[in-house]
Amino acid sequence: MQATAKKTGQAKLGSLEELEQLRGELTAAVDPDQTLIVVCHGTGCVANGSPGVTEALKKALADAGEDIKVVPGIKTTGCHGFCSRGPLVIIKPAGIFYQQVKPADAEDIVAQTIQKGETVERLLYKHPQTGDTLSTTEEIPFYAGQQRVVLQNIGQIDPTDIEDALRAGAYAGAAKALTAMQPSEVVEAVTKSGLRGRGGAGFPTGVKWGLAAKHGDVEKYVLCNADEGDPGAFMDRSVMEGDPHAVVEGMIIGGYAIGANEGYVYVRAEYPLAIKHLEMALADARALGLLGENILGSGFNFDIRINRGAGAFVCGEETALMRSVEGKVGEPVPRPPYPSDKGLFGKPSVLNNVETWANVSRILERGWEWFAGLGTEKSKGTKVFALVGKVNNVGLVEVPMGIKLRNIVMDIGGGVPGSDHFKAVQTGGPSGGCLPWEDADLPVDFDSLIAAGSMMGSGGMIVMDDRDCMVDVAKYFLGFLEEESCGKCFPCRLGVPRLRETLVRFSKGEGTAEDIDDLYSLAEAIKMGSLCALGGTAPNAVLSTLRYFRDEYEAHILEHRCPAGVCKDLITYSIDPEACTGCHACFRACPQNAVSGEKKKPHTIDESLCIRCGMCMESCKFGAIQVV
Amino acid sequence: MLNLTIDGKQVQAEPGWTLLDTARQNHIDIPTLCYHEAVEPFGACRLCVVELKVGDNSRLVASCVYPAEEGLEVHTMSEKVKNVRRWILEMLLSECPASEAVREMAAEYGVESTRFEVKNPEEECILCGLCARTCSQVVGANAISTVGRGPSKKIGAPYMIPGDDCIACGTCLTVCPTGAMRARFDQVRGVPAVVMARSGK
Repeated sequence: MQATAKKTGQAKLGSLEELEQLRGELTAAVDPDQTLIVVCHGTGCVANGSPGVTEALKKALADAGEDIKVVPGIKTTGCHGFCSRGPLVIIKPAGIFYQQVKPADAEDIVAQTIQKGETVERLLYKHPQTGDTLSTTEEIPFYAGQQRVVLQNIGQIDPTDIEDALRAGAYAGAAKALTAMQPSEVVEAVTKSGLRGRGGAGFPTGVKWGLAAKHGDVEKYVLCNADEGDPGAFMDRSVMEGDPHAVVEGMIIGGYAIGANEGYVYVRAEYPLAIKHLEMALADARALGLLGENILGSGFNFDIRINRGAGAFVCGEETALMRSVEGKVGEPVPRPPYPSDKGLFGKPSVLNNVETWANVSRILERGWEWFAGLGTEKSKGTKVFALVGKVNNVGLVEVPMGIKLRNIVMDIGGGVPGSDHFKAVQTGGPSGGCLPWEDADLPVDFDSLIAAGSMMGSGGMIVMDDRDCMVDVAKYFLGFLEEESCGKCFPCRLGVPRLRETLVRFSKGEGTAEDIDDLYSLAEAIKMGSLCALGGTAPNAVLSTLRYFRDEYEAHILEHRCPAGVCKDLITYSIDPEACTGCHACFRACPQNAVSGEKKKPHTIDESLCIRCGMCMESCKFGAIQVV
Repeated sequence: MLNLTIDGKQVQAEPGWTLLDTARQNHIDIPTLCYHEAVEPFGACRLCVVELKVGDNSRLVASCVYPAEEGLEVHTMSEKVKNVRRWILEMLLSECPASEAVREMAAEYGVESTRFEVKNPEEECILCGLCARTCSQVVGANAISTVGRGPSKKIGAPYMIPGDDCIACGTCLTVCPTGAMRARFDQVRGVPAVVMARSGK
């Protein structure tokens, strides 16, 4: 926003020196020892009421009088990651971590922590296993096991304030690239860093750039794929919301490296906060001369536009995304020609996803050698995962490549509620697959996941327990892809519904062992025959679950039984007369009036009326309702 | 000239030819439904897939769009290729059972019946989009479009509202590989901008 430039009275920055001078002034203006209240304003915490907490804290501070030296007082930031414990409030510089804070807690926080330096016991995190009360971020296992590179500034900076981003080092990498390096040196640095695309396929980023750069002095484009649509994934959204400058900076570097003067961010319209913060970041960067003509006196011109996607999953596919930006129907086109030769508007183009661009900023800032030292031999750096499902600590985590699945789910994720292991972890979104507990020691990197029949994808990670049916899960993902298929190529449009229909029959206890053989054959045809990766990976959901949970499929087909108790046609609900207290809760909850019985006497369920919605089970406080 | 092998036979291709061009120039048959010389190849029906072998690796590509390259080893009738074609044809038999072209092609691959549910026994349209592409690229009228996506995809006028863009030239009827356009023509054509005078009467 122009407001920033007005606020500092800062004119456009004409050189690297002017940028560093401004950064120095901004840093000197803030005392790192001053008390600062940080409130998470990520989408998860906002939904849980963090704006109300912020308002209450502001009021409590004002009421407490002027002897409290808090400048700027309260900072609102992007997603801290620990979404299941939100709203989160951190008191700096001590780093005291308060969770599930309500507006009513504001007075205590101000009176005890800000004024007296004491912690508010009830708001601290308690270790679920040991019962210890942990007072700072660093002590909490959820954070202690992580290594934050892409997320390093999220939770630290106010994403709507470019000055705060500059204090944290924003645009240092881009400035270095533009003023001290040749474009070819930038491509080389990214290649040597070993960075692979975080959108899913893991193609070496530097190699991709080199392919586009070699076209010389023609019109080119860089694009950012922010069309994240995998069920359960919100990594890219959080990066755009929490540190939009990292994305902008990465794209400036990429544009310089390949010789593009224009960039596009293709972001789904379902992400309004991300779009708002990106727009603010672009306006601020323009006002400071970090975007536009002759950036930092380097002679390089570059600007970025935002393109809103209308919510088609297939538009995350690179060729479909480019057609959509062009204003055409978002359908993929066959490659070759590759976008690095003929991409957006037929010009050489480079598309990377949000997390990749954010990594580029760090690599140029700290050097490729540092990045190449992180992760495994073939998968460098870190990966951000959205950890969701049957796991105690739901949230956003960033870990070094090669970390074991077990460490992510059991240590950082705090384990599975009511169980000492997970049944399966679904990785890679609809394109990926389910990995079983037996694979808990699998290193999480691009190649290991593919070898195990899944994939990294953009980083969704859904934890499942014994109450999740693998046939049902595969059915869900196929249903998603059936709806999201563009319908252009025949194997995907015709084949994915047939795969799903077969699974629907399985979930009803119908089908034979031969159907499983047919399933493999059809899956192979869809994988090999489809035009783009949506169809090409669609069978993964069924193939990976068949590979690891074939017994569960056989239980459905041969024994007409759903071991997880999910598939409605194969289960019945019954009431244990010993456990039932006759409290009438299920009687009231049942929408079919299938439950009968007098108060204080054991109830029964009429199976002919029951629609197996599970409302009775949810309402029962005594565990008296069982699934058979 | 580029040198490559198709089904073990040494063949030559001009630079710029696709694998389909190369095969047809050498009298090697590759089935197609969505392909037509008059428009840019689209790569949708996937019946023209061929297997490319590079060392131990192999992959299937659509021959109508894949460029001929020096030294390629191409197989047009491998097991993987036949598996894809048979499944597509069997699924097409259930989707558009009224299409004679589909039935004939399926029979060539030994697919005489379908295990899948037939929803509309009258259906002929395979949704290859050739009508829409020809209307746009050859006629320049843009009167036909694919509408919706995935399983609910249809062929019709843009927004399914018959429009005056249609000049009733009938090109779509000519290129349609299954004859399905006959039943859709009146759903595409609105009131023509130019009403031609009839001779006689």
